[in-house]
Amino acid sequence: MNAKKLWISFMTIVRKDVLRIFKIWPQTFLPSVVTSVLYFLVFGTVLGEQIGDVDGFSYLQFVVPGLVMLAVVTNSFSDVATVFFVSKFFSRNIDEILVSPTPPSVIIAGFVGGGIVRGVLVGALVLLVSAFFVPISFAYPSVVLLFLVLSSLVFSLAGLVNGIYAKSFDGISIVPTFVLTPLVYLGGVFFSIEALPGFWRDLAAANPIFYLINGFRYGLLGLSDVPIATSIAVLVGLAAALIAANWYFIRTGLGLRQ
Amino acid sequence: MNEGKHPALVVEHVKKTYASGKEALKEVSLVIPEGDFFAFLGPNGAGKTTIIGIVTGIVDKSAGTVRVFGYDIDREPEKAKACIGVVPQEINFNIFETPLDIIVNQAGYYGISRKEAIPRAESLLRSLGIFDKKDQESRALSGGMKRRLMIARALIHKPRLLILDEPTAGVDVDLRRSMWDFLRSLTEKEGITILLTTHYLEEAEQLCKHVAIIHQGSIIESGSMKDILGKINTDSFLITLRSQVTPEIVEALAAYRAKKIDEKTIEIETDDGRGLNDAILLLNGRGFPIGDIRNKSGRLEEVFVRLTGK
Ligand SMILES: Nc1ncnc2c1ncn2[C@@H]1O[C@H](COP(=O)(O)OP(=O)(O)OP(=O)(O)O)[C@@H](O)[C@H]1O
Ligand SMILES: [Mg+2]
Repeated sequence: MNAKKLWISFMTIVRKDVLRIFKIWPQTFLPSVVTSVLYFLVFGTVLGEQIGDVDGFSYLQFVVPGLVMLAVVTNSFSDVATVFFVSKFFSRNIDEILVSPTPPSVIIAGFVGGGIVRGVLVGALVLLVSAFFVPISFAYPSVVLLFLVLSSLVFSLAGLVNGIYAKSFDGISIVPTFVLTPLVYLGGVFFSIEALPGFWRDLAAANPIFYLINGFRYGLLGLSDVPIATSIAVLVGLAAALIAANWYFIRTGLGLRQ
Repeated sequence: MNEGKHPALVVEHVKKTYASGKEALKEVSLVIPEGDFFAFLGPNGAGKTTIIGIVTGIVDKSAGTVRVFGYDIDREPEKAKACIGVVPQEINFNIFETPLDIIVNQAGYYGISRKEAIPRAESLLRSLGIFDKKDQESRALSGGMKRRLMIARALIHKPRLLILDEPTAGVDVDLRRSMWDFLRSLTEKEGITILLTTHYLEEAEQLCKHVAIIHQGSIIESGSMKDILGKINTDSFLITLRSQVTPEIVEALAAYRAKKIDEKTIEIETDDGRGLNDAILLLNGRGFPIGDIRNKSGRLEEVFVRLTGK
């Protein structure tokens, strides 16, 4: 396939997912918005006052980047994991693509593209909603955008690995609940890891989501526990490793071909 | 392109053992020339769908090579796949999508733009008689319509080799005949090579130039339809007597491989018309008046039954 055909095939996969995301918006856009509003109500009106400032920002302002990232991570991950799993397990319409000349790289790019669109849109929505509760600043707008896209990319890729591997519906709901959400909570959504004792601080540093939240927080507030370059390097490295893994799985047909 | 230089499909020493340990293909080799209309026959579980899965890239082979119009499916998978259109045995589209979307998206996977694909899809839906359903969710289609949708989907990128896995299973007689006409026109007018599997032997006899009979993962017979039918150079007749069939008369007709079919019917096999005549004389001579003689139809079925013991 030449470049134009590859592009058409890529856009076909992305377009199909994006149309689906908009069609079922109460399942795709609404939940994160509702959850965030609840957080703002609880923290803003009940707890926030009692906690006090963190590094010169109100607690609510400090929490916003983490809440946005929570939405981005879970949405991009479960979007790709679910779409891929359903098309492989239920209708088996993944075969529509497998019998076509679309190469593995474009299959990966297409599915991940849909996840990025969803991750970025939901992230933007949550950010917009938070603007009703706290003043939002954009210390480094390009960093904000970069981290929205990078984190959607990384977790779409991770979702794809999960979708390829999963053998049952449980297999794709376990990870968001038991892995992603804890990682996000422990990755410094609600606190600065500076506040943690030594061992826990080291543990947090092994959590990829920690870098993601810090990078994003840096973009919004200009505040970070680690240098921004470290955060970017960790995410890019993670994306590269996940791309390689996915490419290998699809190339060798793992979990796809019998 | 490599028009005309290579057979449509070459399968060489292909073996397949599934992860479960099931050896689905022992060692299969076959050649389908361009422009052919080829049938795979074989009982359930013989390995037909497995071969198709391997050729179309959704099943990994354990050994052997496959070439589609000269393109090796391992070395040039994209080129090989671009030549193939496939109608699978099981429905494998998303039933919540509309027929038009399903076909236009499929075109996309082959790199065909929507602008080009939409009119082409509409014309295919029209010729397959499901145009008026194009914008409904496809779960609302009947079984026969779903099959036709999959045929339209398989043709959207103008494949040179069309592979159909039991396209007429569960399709009524009228529709089956119109599908036959449609498929015939594809080979005759557009020169598309067709490979189909079917359990309706009559269908293969009607449509196909070549056949391969697969049994327990091996091809046990293959060749032109004429040759295969010629393998059975005898004709079978069903003779209904006016009286009961006795063991003695079956014995007397042993030279004709006579079999008692029911109370009053014997089946015999003869090499030519004279054999039949002799058998009739013999029956009359022994006082068995004949009520009716029928040439047993479905000769392919006969070969099939003999070879596979089914
Ligand atoms: N995914 C699979 N895993 C394990 N065994 C399989 C798998 N698919 C098919 N088989 C086995 O391989 C053999 C060949 O199956 P295949 O589907 O190729 O037969 P077929 O000739 O198409 O039969 P039918 O006429 O019933 O469609 C069967 O014994 C079947 O049980
Ligand atoms: Mg089959």
